[in-house]
Amino acid sequence: MTADPAGLALHQRTLSELAWGLTKGDFTSRELTELLLGRVAQHESLNAFITVTADVALEQADRADRARTRGVAGPLNGLPIVHKDLFCTKGVLTTCGSNILSHFVSPYDATVVERMAEAGAVMLGKTNMDEFAMGSSNETSFYGPVMNPWDTKLSPGGSSGGSAAAVAARLVPAATGTDTGGSIRQPAALTGTVGLKPTYGRVSRYGMVAFASSLDQAGVITRSAEDAALLLRVIAGIDRRDSTSVDHPVPDYVAGISKPVKGLRIGVVRQHFDEGLDPLCAERVKTSLDALNEAGASLIEIDLPSIGLSVPTYYVVAPAECSSNLSRFDGVRFGHRSADPEDLLDLYCRSRGEGFGAEVKRRIMTGTYVLSAGYYDAYYLKAQKVRQLISQDFKNAFERVDVIAGPTAPTTAFAIGEKTDDPITMYLNDIYTIGANLAGLPGISVPCGFATGLPVGLQLVGPHFAEERILACAHQYQQLTDWHKMAPEDFA
Amino acid sequence: MNGKWEVVIGLEVHTQLATNSKIFSGASTAYGAAPNTQACLVDLGYPGVLPVLNAEVVRMAVKFGLAVNAKVASRSIFARKNYFYPDLPKGYQISQYELPIVGHGELFILDDNGNEKRIGITRAHLEEDAGKSVHEGFGEHSGIDLNRAGTPLLEIVSEPDMRSAREAVAYMRKIHTIVRYLEVSDGNMQEGSFRCDANVSVRPRGQKELGTRAELKNLNSFRFVEKAINFEIDRQIALIEDGGEVVQETRLYDSDKDETRPMRSKEEANDYRYFPDPDLLPVEIDDSFIEAVRKTLPELPDAKQQRFTNQYGLKTADAEILTASRAVSDYFEQVAEATTAGPQVAANWVIGDLSALLNKEGIEIKSSKIGAGALAGLLDRIADTTISGKIAKDVFESMWTGEGSADEIIAAKGLTQITDTSALESVVDAVIAANPEQVAEFRAGKGKLLGFFVGQVMKETGGKANPGQVNRIIKQKLG
Repeated sequence: MTADPAGLALHQRTLSELAWGLTKGDFTSRELTELLLGRVAQHESLNAFITVTADVALEQADRADRARTRGVAGPLNGLPIVHKDLFCTKGVLTTCGSNILSHFVSPYDATVVERMAEAGAVMLGKTNMDEFAMGSSNETSFYGPVMNPWDTKLSPGGSSGGSAAAVAARLVPAATGTDTGGSIRQPAALTGTVGLKPTYGRVSRYGMVAFASSLDQAGVITRSAEDAALLLRVIAGIDRRDSTSVDHPVPDYVAGISKPVKGLRIGVVRQHFDEGLDPLCAERVKTSLDALNEAGASLIEIDLPSIGLSVPTYYVVAPAECSSNLSRFDGVRFGHRSADPEDLLDLYCRSRGEGFGAEVKRRIMTGTYVLSAGYYDAYYLKAQKVRQLISQDFKNAFERVDVIAGPTAPTTAFAIGEKTDDPITMYLNDIYTIGANLAGLPGISVPCGFATGLPVGLQLVGPHFAEERILACAHQYQQLTDWHKMAPEDFA
Repeated sequence: MNGKWEVVIGLEVHTQLATNSKIFSGASTAYGAAPNTQACLVDLGYPGVLPVLNAEVVRMAVKFGLAVNAKVASRSIFARKNYFYPDLPKGYQISQYELPIVGHGELFILDDNGNEKRIGITRAHLEEDAGKSVHEGFGEHSGIDLNRAGTPLLEIVSEPDMRSAREAVAYMRKIHTIVRYLEVSDGNMQEGSFRCDANVSVRPRGQKELGTRAELKNLNSFRFVEKAINFEIDRQIALIEDGGEVVQETRLYDSDKDETRPMRSKEEANDYRYFPDPDLLPVEIDDSFIEAVRKTLPELPDAKQQRFTNQYGLKTADAEILTASRAVSDYFEQVAEATTAGPQVAANWVIGDLSALLNKEGIEIKSSKIGAGALAGLLDRIADTTISGKIAKDVFESMWTGEGSADEIIAAKGLTQITDTSALESVVDAVIAANPEQVAEFRAGKGKLLGFFVGQVMKETGGKANPGQVNRIIKQKLG
């Protein structure tokens, strides 16, 4: 399917293109790995990485090259990837972008990490992220903000900001991410990359450090929908170690992407084009919808009446779960422990006080509050009811349409520091993405043009387990356009 | 007890389920391993790990629910109970809160007047145990042993239906008997597999509303339950009669000092911030599963006790003792079915000599050194008068030390009872001849001396003489 991109520099190639070159023997995984490790070092100032695992990478590359010689290459054999530092990696630092885990070396691999490694992938390192995935700008990281390769004064979005920046800067063709309220799709939109958040339960959460368990989902950031399909095929599927992973057949996503958009019913959410959406972004999204329309898809305006409540609902449910999930970081068994505690309470207070950053503390406090006796019904229980309404809105919509399309984020990338003093404005950055998390739906962001020189993302959301459909739609769009092939000037 | 006051008691029994692995992980639940050797990453609450429910735990809880005639929930939910403690690795305990797996049930005990009394069961829910803090041997620090973390517990909550410490103990014993019958728990109290908290209050007799209660924590023996409750009743009554007021609080029983003392007040109580655990799916149980479990229910103690009195004609007290444990009742039935000596003789031996030896050596009946068949063989020899009951006790002890079967020991030691009348007569004659003074006294009316003559004959025959026959012959000869 993929044409041989002869002449295209290795770092510009997609996973699928690199796989083709490796298969043909044009280059080895070791050569590719060394080249990309060089780029990672060269662009260290982007701060996209928390840990570079050069030794692991070269060892895996050599193993992949030997496997290929023996004819036992897995589907990702020799292909370089990076993991968001939220995935546990055996023997490698796993920080979640937090001081509290700044010395934590995981004793085991996450299922996603394990499945990619078994498929032959080569891990170049662990990427920077908002602390415990709480943030939309990558500024809450203990390791400092990540720069957006399109303009290093700007944020790449978050929380999977390091993964998105690394893929956009052509340091690596693909990265894992996690998406609790938009943490894959929003940074993908802001960096001109493809970000796929699968259906809740499609990919195992085992070994993915929990932020909000009922919303968290592992996914990938790539430069093409085809690459996202290739990776999803490897990481999807039931895992007995995660009770919420679903025993649903895993189709051949790569084969599925060739399905044309002709006849596809695309729902356009009226509320998505209300005020709050940057007019230039709106124009880019509308143009991309027209392109799909011309290719044979029909556009149908739909209503999601409760969608306006998704941000407040999310900011009750997610902090509630996070306040409980993060209780295990108490300085007793692993992670940061304060020096010379006076007593147990002092050990807890200082270990956590020193270990967590401001945004994490804010959410732990919010979450503790909404679960407290006397407030539970008014906040947590009510939020769960609204969540049901939002899910029902989507369910109703999917009786009329196959895919829901719209903007991924309300604006293009914003300046680092611009929104840090105003958490609410920051939270509103996820206004279009949060709905899919609350309803557990798959969503993808694909580059759909530029506004004042910065990438804009088109979001496609499907019904549960309709990854094949949104991947096909995204792929067909990428066949019509070249936005995803454009690299930031300094990283071409 | 003080006639003016009525005591109200409810119990929360925590029983450890006898699974091989933990409730949410594959780590072993075996007792007594070196500290922290039976705690996997899930039990340690490592970042990124997730709980996976052990299906056996659900089966056991349903089994218990059916045994106490309770409603088994078609859908139950695990919730997180949030609090910080070093032996609670995740900072929350996974438990059940709003929708427990077992709903309202009941069981029956004998009340203080010996009448049958119904005790309501409010609910029973599944939860994981915490680890153990070790405060000795680490200087100013505390040690944490997480072997117990994640061990499955079934917490059985009663209605406040008990009116005395004795009733509370009877209820707890009944639960203990049931869980062991069902083989859902080993009920081992020394190892902490079976323990309870007691909610105790008093109110003026005739008053409808309940008095303020105190919760007594972690009572791990029947004796402590009784003592702690009785101490607490006395304390509360004395307090009120002195013009004071009972405060709602949690109290700890100190068995060394035999007293309860405050642990924390209502105001200091944690806000546990319960909410459904998003890592676990609701437990859905359909009727076919319930029916399949129902088929595995053994005969329960109440039914068995009834059957023992009807079928074997046992005294109620004996039937109750024998059915308190499934293993003991099984053993008894095997002996009773195999021997010609009759069920009551079998019951007497199981309750008497056998239990005494088992207790003395601290052995479970399942590992008894004398099997049911072997005991039946011994009882047969009493029944057919080969040996006397007294000799049988010696043979029994020899069997215990492994000298062989009853028949082998009787043969090897020549213990066969002398029933030959002429042989016995000649021994009696010899005894009469040797004790002229006693003969004279006996004839003068001192009938008590019969025992002396029987004793002498038994001594001469090494205990092998048939005592009934000897009695008869002596009476004949001296009468």
